Order: sequence, then structure tokens, then C-alpha cells
Amino acid sequence: MSTVSVSITVNGERRTHEVEPRVLLVHYLRDVLRLTGTHVGCDTSNCGACTVILDGAAAKSCTVLAVQARECEITTIEGLAAPGEPFSAVQQGFHQEHGLQCGYCTPGMIMACTALLAENPDPTEHEIRHALEGNLCRCTGYQMIVNSVRWAADHPDGIVPESSDAAPSAPAMQGAES
Amino acid sequence: MIAASFDYVEATSVEHAISLFAEHEDAKFLAGGHSLIPMMKLRLVSSSVLIDIGRIAELSYIEDRGDHVALGALTRHRELESSTVLAEHLPLLAHVAGEVGDPQVRNRGTLGGSLVHGDPAADLPAASLALGASMVITGAGGTRVVPAAEFFLNFLETAVGDGELLTEIRFPKRTGAGWAYQKFNRRAMDYAIVAVAVQLGQNPGIALVNMGSTPHLALAASAALAAGAPATAIVDAVLEGTAGWNDANATREYREHLARVLTSRALAQAGYTS
Repeated sequence: MSTVSVSITVNGERRTHEVEPRVLLVHYLRDVLRLTGTHVGCDTSNCGACTVILDGAAAKSCTVLAVQARECEITTIEGLAAPGEPFSAVQQGFHQEHGLQCGYCTPGMIMACTALLAENPDPTEHEIRHALEGNLCRCTGYQMIVNSVRWAADHPDGIVPESSDAAPSAPAMQGAES
Repeated sequence: MIAASFDYVEATSVEHAISLFAEHEDAKFLAGGHSLIPMMKLRLVSSSVLIDIGRIAELSYIEDRGDHVALGALTRHRELESSTVLAEHLPLLAHVAGEVGDPQVRNRGTLGGSLVHGDPAADLPAASLALGASMVITGAGGTRVVPAAEFFLNFLETAVGDGELLTEIRFPKRTGAGWAYQKFNRRAMDYAIVAVAVQLGQNPGIALVNMGSTPHLALAASAALAAGAPATAIVDAVLEGTAGWNDANATREYREHLARVLTSRALAQAGYTS
């Protein structure tokens, strides 16, 4: 069994491991780095639950080999807000507009939306829906998700106006970063 | 799902990739990986070594060359979709690239990878047929140019031989001419159940997605289009040479119905008047 040395910058931190070439990026993130916020959904590049941002562009990490991402920069859901810090605008938008029910698709949704807003900070509803073609949600019917993205576009700093309920911060996570 | 074990080597140039292929038995080239990796995960395909050509920078470009536009085989769908050169001179190609899969797939998948995979259900092979593209294939003995109409040989089989690489695709410019792509699927990111690409202008073409074992150039309908036949006559000719089949999505009869309806809609959308 051959292995290759792979160095990837994940959430700003350079990580280096020996991995088998067949190891998928999503398994590298979850099983080697223990960043389990990135989910495995369909495992067939349909559902988008495994979406991460790879060198600035959304990618399905179940269809990328870890070795293909060497010397790249990856952002996962854990990279959007440090434990105890305020949510990113998109995370806050999902909170404000109830953009999730079961939450399984949510990390992938949020990463796809984050990539969209980085490229197009003021998307129309059509552009939001087009950008989320690769992310399936079986709970919400998508309308609340579209509303969440619009909230984030309207509040790019993620700060909830004073009249709204107090903004929660990201819960402190234990053992998420090794 | 995890692929069977394989070794991995990275190629730094086209020559390097071709020489690596000669050094290894049972090797495959890996580009964007969005056709190959899913098939390897399902263990429909296995290989003892993957030669990663994904970072050969010299194979990623969109160049205006006067009467045609040349694209490097590793140009990603996203780059086609957002190219101002293609928007002006090959709007059908830019539009079809934007219809492939979903944004994540378009960020990773490559034009050459999709063409060499040769999937009859894929979008870009049909576009290359309707547009009369030429495929530049490079091997140890040099390069050769194969017209798109002679490129797709059988199910998932193209004119690219063992140890050869598709390196460039050339598209004659279609500036200002009418075009349309009608794709029918059930979910936004799905492959087409049937799709029809129509390009008007000089050397017009009609190509069908998922109406046989290969991406299909509708020769009779394309000839009728070139002759200025009425749209109804073109629709009547579009099934010639097709081989639709029954599966969970559609019966053969339903596919044939779709091909006719989508051709009619595409001709109207392209602004075809006989």
C-alpha cells in the first residue's frame, strides 16, 4: 500500500499527513483531522452535504482526492467562526431565518452560500437558487434557506439589528481541532 | 464508498504525462476527476496507477485565434461559463457549460475530461458535435486532429487511444448566429433525460444527448437545417440514427417524444425560420 505526503492548509492551519492516494478529501477532513462538521451525505457528488471551499471555490469533497488538494487552501464549516466567536454572516442568516430543520445538509449549504456571496455579494433569488443547485435539503423546501442567504447579503457583517433578539455566539466546541 | 487501491503520480507537462503512461501498466489519467472518481468509488473502474494531469497549467486556456476559439483540455466548466470570449463568439458553448451538473461540479470538472469520458448523457459532448469542434490529440508520435463527428466511437469510448491525451479543442466561431440548448431533467443537477443542442449559421448542427450509446450528431436533421427545410421537416428527421432505450426515467417512446419536442422548441428559441 503506497502513501503520499499531503500538505493542505485547512482553516488557516497547514497540516501534513501521509495518506493513501485513494483517500477522499471528505474522509481526510473527518477521519484524519477530526473535522466532522463536513458531512458525508449521498457519497455520489449529488447532495452537496460535503461541500467545502477549495481555493475560493465550492467543491464536493466526496469527489476530490485528498492528494488532489495538496498545497491548496480549504475552508470547512469549522473555519467560519472560532468557538465562542460570533457566527459568520451566513451562519447568522441561517439562525435568523430558520434555514435548517434536521441540520444534516446545513454545513454544505452554508459553505456553498459562503462561496456564492464571496463572488456575488448581492444575489437575486434566482441566482441564489441557481447557486444551490448542487445542495439537497429534504426538510425546508429551500425557501427558508433562500431567505437565510438574503439575510446574510443584507447583513454582510453578520450583526443582528438591535431590535431583534440577541445574537447567539457559536457554541464552544471540544476536541474539534487537534 | 472507497476506490480500490492505486498508486499516484503527478505529471508536470504533456510530455511528462505521456512518458509516465508508458512507464506504468494499467494507468489512467486523472484530470478534474468528476467522472473518473465516482466510477472508481463504485468500482466500475479500477486502475493500478493514476497519473494526475490536473495541474498542467499549459492545458488551461481560452484563446481567440481569429476564425476559431481554442480551449485547453483542462479548462474548467466554470471558466467556460464565465468567459467573455465564449459569450461573444460561442454562446452555446458557454451556456451548455453552465448547464453541467451544479456549481461545485463546474468548479472542478474540465472540458477535456467530459469529452474524453464520452458519456452520451453529458452536455458538452453534444455541444461539441453541434458546434463542429475539432479535437487535438497528443501522443508519443505527435499530434493529430479529429473532428468531433468522428471522436465518439462507442459507449464511453473515444478516438483518444492508450497513452494519448486530448490536449486542445477548437471551435469555429459562431458570432451572432442563433443557438439553443433544451435540456429536460427532473432535478436541477441531474443528467439530461434528453437534451438537444442547436447551432444555426454556417455549417449548422443539431446534436442529441442521451439518445444512443454515444453523444449523437443528428446528421439528417443537421442536413435539413443546412438546406433551410421547414422546422417540422427537421423535427421529423431528428430521430434518424438514434437508439433510445428504456430505463427507470423514461421509455424509448417517451425519449423519442422528448427529442422531437425539444428540437422543435430549440429551433424556435434559436430563431430559426425556414
